Amino acid sequence: MAAHNLKHALFCAFITLIISYPILGFDLTSRGTTVVLEGVNTTTSIGVLAAVIIVFLFQYFRDSVMGSLRQLPAINPLANREPMEQSKRLKLESILLTLMIIGALIWPFIASRGAVDLATLVLIYIMLALGLNVVVGLAGLLDLGYVAFYAVGAYTFALLSQYYGISFWFALPIGAGLAALFGLVLGFPVLRLRGDYLAIVTLGFGEIIRILLNNMTSLTGGPNGIGGIPDPTLFGMEFGRRVKEEGNTSFHETFGIAYSGEHKVIFLYLIALVLAVITAIAIRRLMRMPVGRAWEALREDEIAAKSLGLSRTAVKLSAFTIGAFFAGFAGTVFASKQGFISPESFVFLESAIILAIVVLGGMGSQMGVILAAIAVTILPELAREFSEYRMLIFGAAMVLMMVWRPQGLMPMRRIHIELKRQE
Amino acid sequence: MLEVQNLSMRFGGLLAVDQVSLDVQEHEIVAIIGPNGAGKTTVFNCMSGFYKPSGGKILFEGRDIQGKPDYKISRLGLVRTFQHVRLFSRMTVVENLLVAQHRHLNTNLLSGILKTPNYREKEQKSLDRAAYWLDRVGLMDMANRDAGNLAYGQQRRLEIARCMVTEPKLLMLDEPAAGLNPAETKDLNQLIISLKEDYNVSVVLIEHDMSLVMDISDRINVINQGRPLASGTPDEIRRNDDVIKAYLGEA
Repeated sequence: MAAHNLKHALFCAFITLIISYPILGFDLTSRGTTVVLEGVNTTTSIGVLAAVIIVFLFQYFRDSVMGSLRQLPAINPLANREPMEQSKRLKLESILLTLMIIGALIWPFIASRGAVDLATLVLIYIMLALGLNVVVGLAGLLDLGYVAFYAVGAYTFALLSQYYGISFWFALPIGAGLAALFGLVLGFPVLRLRGDYLAIVTLGFGEIIRILLNNMTSLTGGPNGIGGIPDPTLFGMEFGRRVKEEGNTSFHETFGIAYSGEHKVIFLYLIALVLAVITAIAIRRLMRMPVGRAWEALREDEIAAKSLGLSRTAVKLSAFTIGAFFAGFAGTVFASKQGFISPESFVFLESAIILAIVVLGGMGSQMGVILAAIAVTILPELAREFSEYRMLIFGAAMVLMMVWRPQGLMPMRRIHIELKRQE
Repeated sequence: MLEVQNLSMRFGGLLAVDQVSLDVQEHEIVAIIGPNGAGKTTVFNCMSGFYKPSGGKILFEGRDIQGKPDYKISRLGLVRTFQHVRLFSRMTVVENLLVAQHRHLNTNLLSGILKTPNYREKEQKSLDRAAYWLDRVGLMDMANRDAGNLAYGQQRRLEIARCMVTEPKLLMLDEPAAGLNPAETKDLNQLIISLKEDYNVSVVLIEHDMSLVMDISDRINVINQGRPLASGTPDEIRRNDDVIKAYLGEA
């Protein structure tokens, strides 16, 4: 055992050395016209050496270290408690949710402008992730091109406002509806596909939309994007310093307060909050309705579902359509928040991040997805001071997460249904 | 009510089912038996729409159903179980029964989201129906467990209950007693008879357990190597020389 441990520890230490030394130890510096490889400075090599020793020691004493770590849960008083009663838990949950929403309503008035702006982005991601949760978490259809529907929503609003001067409130249902239509259209060709094949086709679809937007220069402005997207209005009141459109009044003049750029940011945040809450409630209801159960049945066993009279076509298309609908919602808000959109905002990485949120949160679990959306959006911002290492930290966090809690932050919990005994 | 005429199913060069005919009357339990690989399950798959038969006719209540999509056949009232249990294992037992009532609960999305009284009433009805059948198959206490965590015999019973909440006219059971112990088989026996007697459902079953087949069947069809070998009452089949030969080999 000890010999095996020693061998393993030496191997791990060696790997650490050959990975970290070349990456951290050398610097490329330009001297005149040539590039020179500079050697190690002492602090770095000491650091590398320390890392190698730590890895070696950890691996060598691995059994005892992990053993003592396993003792930890015993210290945690909550580890072995009885699960809470259904009614009690529901009450607690609804109280917590109400408090959270009230907090979210008050919060923008005390937080800084940048923080509110970031929070709006978080809410947009919550909407996106809740929508994708329907497709991936509930219906079990791996969709890698989800960002396409987000783009459809955003571009619908941008184009409608540019060509027809349509306002945010009219564009919102149109954008969501059009995104839903695209979801339906994508649904047809992929009806028969599952798993990996479905993932590839949806990936392709996502890219098609982005490339189309990039190349239809006359309509969409191509890579230059579309700017000057109007902000939402509150009953015809604009939030700018001066009124842009005739017939509108401005918010600060109506209420006789001094103009402040923050009003607009807060207003957008509140819109996003309301829409996110609507999204969450609507999907929550859907999950408990026949259609929601049909999605899950299809994920669990397609053949059994069909044998019970569920139409695969209808169930899959409804999942795609409803998922896309909420992405369209989010897209419209995004366009309005940014005021400028270009295909750059809708690259594959976005799809990957939204998918990561759903998986991290726990497939099918709404609370989990919301928490993960907050974490995934805010963490990179908090880790900004680590500059180039922040993506590394983000990646490491994800790996650790998947190792320790593969079922996600808050795995989906089945609803308890009370039955009355029938005579 | 069900009539299968000269059904054939060909997979490439293999004729898995060759000119099989059978019929099921109302209020009747019909068994299909035969050695392993005889094509019994293939006949089932054709009848339930999972395969499109290469030849022959299937009539259900006078309507042609061969080649119709599986979910439509099931909506007509021709529902099946599977040789290997196919439950929605990460959903609870009740949810399994609620999924099956999807078409009875045909409400639009908005009425569900807004929880209209009409929707609530329908939802309550399907819950009551689920409760009734859970009680009937003795799974009431398991209602909120994940279906995948049930014992095998319970899973079998849940699968039958899941078919019954769809209110079928004809139930097709593919080896319902496989993997059950003698006591469980006896319960199953009674359950199947009661489906016929109390709920007026006709049953077609594939089964290897001869005592079960002989006990409950009104008529038996024997298939051997894809071809019909014999059909008749249990007594007739028991005495049929061809059947004995197919099962035991020639003496």
